[in-house]
Amino acid sequence: MTAANSATPRSASVDARGWGWRHAGRTDWAVARLDLRIDPGERVLLLGASGAGKSTLLHALAGVLGGDDEGEQHGRLLVNGAEPAAARGQAGLLLQDPDSQVILARVGDDVAFGCENLGVPREEIWRRVHEGLEMVGLDVPLDHPTSALSGGQKQRLALAGVLAMRPGLLLLDEPTANLDPDGVTEVRDAVARVLEHSAATFIVIEHRVAVWQDLVNRVIVLDQAGGVLADGRPEDVLENQGERLSTAGVWVPGRGHGLPARRSVAPDAAHGILLRAEGLSIARTKNLEVARDLNLTVLAGSALAVTGPNGAGKSTLALTLAGLLKPSGGRLQASAGFADGAPAAPIAWTSRQLLSRVGTVFQDPEHQFVAGTVRAELGVGPRALGRSGAAVDGRVDVLLQRLRLDHLAGANPFTLSGGEKRRLSVGTVLATQPRLLVLDEPTFGQDFRTWREVVGLLIELIDDGTGVLAVSHDSEFVAAVADREYRLLGTVAGQPAVPR
Amino acid sequence: MSLLTIPVGTRAIFRVNPVAKLAAALVLAGVLMLTIDWVSALVALGCEFVLFFWAGLSARMFLLRTLPVWLAAPMAGLTTLLYGQAAGQVYWTFGLIHVTEGSSELAVATTLRILAIGLPSVVLFVTVDPTDLADGLAQVVRLPSRFVLGGLAGLRLVGLFIEDWRALELARRARGIGDGGAIRRLGSQAFALLVLSIRRGSKLATAMEARGFGAPITRTWARESSFGGREYALVGIGLFVALLAVSVSVATGSWNFVLG
Amino acid sequence: MHTETTISTRPASRSWRVVDIVTASVIGVASGLIFVVWNQAYNPLSGLLTPLLPGLQALLGGGWLFAGVLGGLVIRKPGAALYTELLAAVVSTLVGGTAWGATILVSGAVQGLGAELVFALFLYGNYRLYVALLAGAGAGLALAVNDLLLWYPGSAAPFIAIYTISAVVSGIVVAGLLSWLAMRGLARTGALSRFAAGRAVRASD
Repeated sequence: MTAANSATPRSASVDARGWGWRHAGRTDWAVARLDLRIDPGERVLLLGASGAGKSTLLHALAGVLGGDDEGEQHGRLLVNGAEPAAARGQAGLLLQDPDSQVILARVGDDVAFGCENLGVPREEIWRRVHEGLEMVGLDVPLDHPTSALSGGQKQRLALAGVLAMRPGLLLLDEPTANLDPDGVTEVRDAVARVLEHSAATFIVIEHRVAVWQDLVNRVIVLDQAGGVLADGRPEDVLENQGERLSTAGVWVPGRGHGLPARRSVAPDAAHGILLRAEGLSIARTKNLEVARDLNLTVLAGSALAVTGPNGAGKSTLALTLAGLLKPSGGRLQASAGFADGAPAAPIAWTSRQLLSRVGTVFQDPEHQFVAGTVRAELGVGPRALGRSGAAVDGRVDVLLQRLRLDHLAGANPFTLSGGEKRRLSVGTVLATQPRLLVLDEPTFGQDFRTWREVVGLLIELIDDGTGVLAVSHDSEFVAAVADREYRLLGTVAGQPAVPR
Repeated sequence: MSLLTIPVGTRAIFRVNPVAKLAAALVLAGVLMLTIDWVSALVALGCEFVLFFWAGLSARMFLLRTLPVWLAAPMAGLTTLLYGQAAGQVYWTFGLIHVTEGSSELAVATTLRILAIGLPSVVLFVTVDPTDLADGLAQVVRLPSRFVLGGLAGLRLVGLFIEDWRALELARRARGIGDGGAIRRLGSQAFALLVLSIRRGSKLATAMEARGFGAPITRTWARESSFGGREYALVGIGLFVALLAVSVSVATGSWNFVLG
Repeated sequence: MHTETTISTRPASRSWRVVDIVTASVIGVASGLIFVVWNQAYNPLSGLLTPLLPGLQALLGGGWLFAGVLGGLVIRKPGAALYTELLAAVVSTLVGGTAWGATILVSGAVQGLGAELVFALFLYGNYRLYVALLAGAGAGLALAVNDLLLWYPGSAAPFIAIYTISAVVSGIVVAGLLSWLAMRGLARTGALSRFAAGRAVRASD
């Protein structure tokens, strides 16, 4: 306990000797036979395929893996020569999801939370709160509501809370995976500033290597089969293991995505119009208008990227065009061919009529899961259209194969990995072959492998005549897929869609 | 939905520890629950209406927040009028309905009683900030801090859950199962919300543990929650109103014990 | 599941872990939101039932009782049902705008206690279907007692009987059966992997 109270944090060492962990109820070890020594003050980027146990290791070092009833351990894992769970506050852990890391409602309280738990005296707590907020560059009043912060600010807030505990070991578990590009820069710069002033040992997990490459002096690659696959200076490891890491989903700098370019470039606008918006106003909920006077067309066989800053109403626009939210003003009309007998306004379509016209892929795949198995999930749409059992099965089998989900046909959708969930959510939409696909941040938080698969699939669909509208912060995605870009400015009206 | 919007102000009531507000409302409710008679309810209501001037609410806000009570009270009264214990003169009967002298009197008493219990309970709660309440419950009432803080942290997720709920609704329309079957869809959405919330909860628990929450160390508090003169005064007022109502009721022979 | 086996789940300790507390809290909060949705459905539905037979509106009461039973079934620790139901009640009044203020604390606590007592009766060691149904019945009975004392204190015997029976039936079906099914469903999604409840269900699949 005294470690937490001492004024200057000592940097901690890490020792793993034949260490392994198996979660209760599982047959496979999450981490096995790990031998590792990290000296005080080292800065480490931890890489490995999904399922290699990177997060498990970080959680263990932070002492939050849980007790005996949550899993089984072999070997030893020591932080500064002691069991991590016995020395709370020695290691500080920053997690991936900004929303699940904010603990309290006011900024000051949230930073103070860790210190309170460690029994730091009141005056000292507030001193550390100010210091932590300054260190991460978060300049808001102490009673500022945490719910009003952006993703990048939330991550910096959590970092301030971790720093206030004065940890000797700073652990970051994909801290920027759920952030837009601005947020990534904010958090990375805050961490860089912290590392300039701190001697703490530093370990970060992140599959976008470029973000952290300059801040680390060692890269460790965990092997899915157990133990360490590679360990050394960043340049050496990335050069020797580049190919392997890339296949495992890591974004290795300097390697292209290797996908074919889009075939058609300038579609015939006169024939291919699916939707036309004129003077459209959009609102997330009633009375909460986020943008107005939008004019745009959505074309078949072409991809339109919707871009713009946070809060500009990108998702709201996508959901409105998808016939899910009611426009708060102006006109949104489907072409006669696209409406195909249904009313001209998409919001007036029934849920069933939407199925064969617009497919929407939500930002969070879990929002759209409604069935108990992957197979049943893919069959929901075709069944709602009244297709016969054999036709449904046939369609589902094709999709299972194409999305590499066949070995998971009987699994519960919620148990899939992040990449598998993304593929399934795209699959559920493709099951009814809609003429327009609307996607909200389809590559958000995905590793390189899933990114490639999603982009490859979309390129094929567009070339075959499907219209695509995608909201995205991901400039590489926009470059690879989009024909036109529609930029929302966050100031009422949007820009005319410009060809890229 | 009024998403936990708490009015702020400078009046004394805003500075009173929420624990005292809670205690005052519970004292009043606890005592008035014991009897069903219009006298005690009316006396309490009379005092409350005078006190509401200091409650820190505008007339509009007062009506808006207490509207459900104003609607529910006569509804419960009506139920009692129709199905209450029959006594005295019978005015009308139809099936199980017996409107009698006795049931009319009970109906009036029920309506006033719900107003007398419900209104202050709502009014005192409107100006409570959950964070301050949690501070009070843990430091003043000394409830176990792990539960108080765990509950408070969970409460903060409400906004996210509301967004989840909206997205789940839109997603069901997008998946082709949004036409009809409202109850079934409610079930499916409720289940999905539980899955998502438990997922978020697990992550939140990890984040809290990573900040030393639950460690076997005596916790300190960054802000002190105090209970002093102002707080005792408010609870005292609640107790006074309750006792006054009971005294008048007993003195006028109207006291009617709820289980008797 | 392909990677799961039946590893014996040792009896968990009675003391609450952080994840127990936080999960009970989020179940309470999410349930509170569902209560709000249910509140909106209640008025038209009860308007249909009450003219059929007065007191029958208590059949809808189960919509406010499932939180406690579900909390008890998932967390499996003393006090879980009480804590979850109480929190759900508080959240429903904070969020709904239809604030019932402090009185909701009383009804939430009473209803939670109804389920809690049943789990306690089985020494927090039995979470089979019939225990869930009994816990639902307990919550339903508690709801009837609370409502009859607070809202309808002057009611005649037939009303009291119909109201109580309806509340208990609703408690058994909605709070008992549905919560039990929800708990099994949650376990299958992997959301309960850190709980004995989740491991027991997945091991038996």
